[in-house]
Amino acid sequence: MNLRASSEPAAAASSGCDMPTSEIDASCRLPLLALLMGAAAWLVVASGFALISSIKFHSPGFLAGPAWLTYGRVHPAASSAFLYGFCLQSGMGVSLWLLARLGRTTLSQGWLVTMGAVLWNLGVTVGFWGILAGDRTGFEALDMPGYATPMVFLGSVLVGIQGALTFHQRREQRLYVSQWFLFAALFWFPWIYSTAQLLLVTFPVRGVMQSVIAWWYADNLRVVWLWLAGLGAVFYFVPKLARRQLQNRNLALSAFWAILLFGSWGGIPNSAPVPAWMPALSTVGTLLTTVALLAVGLSVWKTAGREGLARALQSDPPETPRQEEGKPVDSIEGLALRFVLFGVVSFLVAGFMRVLVSFPPVSNITDLTWFGPAMEHVNAYGFFAMAIFGAAYGIVPRLMGGEIPWPRLARAHFWLASVGVVLLAAPLAIAGVLQGLKLRNPDIAFLDVVKTTLPCLRVSTMGDLLMALGHVAFLANLAGLAVRFCRARAVSAFSALTLDLFKPAGAKP
Amino acid sequence: MNYGPLLFLAAFFALAGSWFGFVLTPQAQIGQLQPTNMLGAPTLYPQARPGLARQGLDVYRANGCADCHSQQVRQSATVCDVLLLAAGTNAPAVLSALHQLKPGLSEADARQWFSALPQPVLQGAKPTEADDAVKLLKGAGAKASVLIVPVGSDIARGWGKRRTVARDFLYDYPVALGSQRIGPDLANVSVRQPDAAWHLRHLYAPQIEVKGSAMPPYRFLFEKRNNEIVPKPEAVALVAYLLSLRADAPLFEAPLAAAPAAAAPGATNAPPEADLAATNAPAPSGAAPTNAPAK
Repeated sequence: MNLRASSEPAAAASSGCDMPTSEIDASCRLPLLALLMGAAAWLVVASGFALISSIKFHSPGFLAGPAWLTYGRVHPAASSAFLYGFCLQSGMGVSLWLLARLGRTTLSQGWLVTMGAVLWNLGVTVGFWGILAGDRTGFEALDMPGYATPMVFLGSVLVGIQGALTFHQRREQRLYVSQWFLFAALFWFPWIYSTAQLLLVTFPVRGVMQSVIAWWYADNLRVVWLWLAGLGAVFYFVPKLARRQLQNRNLALSAFWAILLFGSWGGIPNSAPVPAWMPALSTVGTLLTTVALLAVGLSVWKTAGREGLARALQSDPPETPRQEEGKPVDSIEGLALRFVLFGVVSFLVAGFMRVLVSFPPVSNITDLTWFGPAMEHVNAYGFFAMAIFGAAYGIVPRLMGGEIPWPRLARAHFWLASVGVVLLAAPLAIAGVLQGLKLRNPDIAFLDVVKTTLPCLRVSTMGDLLMALGHVAFLANLAGLAVRFCRARAVSAFSALTLDLFKPAGAKP
Repeated sequence: MNYGPLLFLAAFFALAGSWFGFVLTPQAQIGQLQPTNMLGAPTLYPQARPGLARQGLDVYRANGCADCHSQQVRQSATVCDVLLLAAGTNAPAVLSALHQLKPGLSEADARQWFSALPQPVLQGAKPTEADDAVKLLKGAGAKASVLIVPVGSDIARGWGKRRTVARDFLYDYPVALGSQRIGPDLANVSVRQPDAAWHLRHLYAPQIEVKGSAMPPYRFLFEKRNNEIVPKPEAVALVAYLLSLRADAPLFEAPLAAAPAAAAPGATNAPPEADLAATNAPAPSGAAPTNAPAK
């Protein structure tokens, strides 16, 4: 019995039974390509629509003509595309790769995962157009209409089952921290999604119960799921990219337990028209997630160490020389680490914002203001998306066996994304506090309250624009890598096919 | 050791706990809410919205009105008003009690009060003060009542008379509580603006009715017919829904003072001292209640 379990992710092969990583990567290639490319494409779509909805705040007449471009459709379409198209999809992709890598086994039935990815993307597409057509459900974070659900759910089940099977078939019995997080995330989504769908859309409950379940679902998805999947990637990639061992594994595990036990008890706003014990319990649960925040912060800080920080801050992809032949991905590692560490910092910021607004004296000001969206953006964009970008820059070159085609673009992506997130979230948070304070004073006319937030909203549109550009860069790099890989494959396949044609003539390729 | 099963059980029980706490238990508590009678009136609340308004809720949902408008009135506290309902037979004792409670009140004014009851003795008082005042007045042989008045910035803004409660949304699907106040709260919009034509104009071009409004125009809810701009059925339904938004009925869980003038002193019982929550309003028998649910 080994209670220590492994403290380094995917350590160098030590025993004979280990599987070469190239074989694992080969088994993941197509499914992961489908999931990650789909995610990147949805990200670009989502940020385009987010930009439109952001512009509408200071120019209400902008694109106000057709019904499908009205704010109340563009906004949920953008957030659904981001949440389901990008976050969940990329999270599933990265989870599968990590589960295979850490378990030192090939991905179980990759073709089923690819099927799942196709179904998932079909479902999100149907849902996205459904929202634009006016069929949104009206529940935040669950806006895709009921007819898109079966595809999305089936897709997630197909992917989830293969994830669980991959976990089950692992050859490395000792569990690494990431596996705890990722396995729980695999299990979490189908449960919360089916509960929310059944009780909100299929057999709707009565009255405010709908809101309670919607809050419960949104919290479990946007906090617990994103944290579990994102931290699973963080705890793998920080030691891996910093080339250090995970320090203090128990700290990381205590974060896992805290998220699992307390994270799922948040989400009910203090102002909600429900019996008081619900927001009170929710405040307590949110407060206790501080344990997870501290544990993650400390653990990552110790693990990354000075070397890791230096590596993340200094390395510029184009200039860094390759350290070893046959490991072409080195040059991008520093950048990937930078993404992941930015994600961890945002995780702490978002987590503490969440704790802060769970106190009634603070939430009296910040509830029903821009502060809530600001917090969501820090968590979803600043933490989860950044961690996933880092993971993708770490994984995709390995999968494709080539380098990122445009490292400068990748570096630009980091700056666009990080500055974009700050410009998006910080003004919204400020606007939220100002708005909340002014709303509390009944002598200030409502229109004046709206006017105070306008400058902040303009700045946040800049943030949206920068992020959208960054996402295009991300998609371009992934697509470029995929195209190069496919072209190389096609060329070799073509020459293999045409070899016979040329042989009689004596031509040797 | 294989931690797989442990991991599965951990995730299972953690999520099951949260599910039990925030899905099952609330469902047992508020999932079965029923309409109840309004305080002081034999009327059931809430009433289901009329059919057109229900269609309007669908338009409200489809176009994401709830993304910018909340329907939650918040209140920071409740204060108490004390009403003198009947002076009784011992005028000097009542006068001295009044003098004790309202030192500024002259005797002539007080005597004038007796002919125009009910009159407010205390306003914005704490429950204990109100309680003491009622005891004092009752000791003098007068009849007095405590009114509970919700206060808060939302109420001061005129967005509602009391806080929003779970029962207000009993018949709505989806419940459009909203999460942001980019626009004003709509929980009682029909009280503030009962004019359907105003709402239609406002939907067509918000800036005409509200200068500097940040609301986008909803011209796709209208069509041009013979050089006239006519609302489509969706717009009519949406306005019907907006006009059905009214959540200010006094309820047990959100007590509210009825207008003092509505009280008929002879029919009013002096409330028992102990239970403040139940003693909010004198029965407005006969007088039209100001808080009728939308018909």
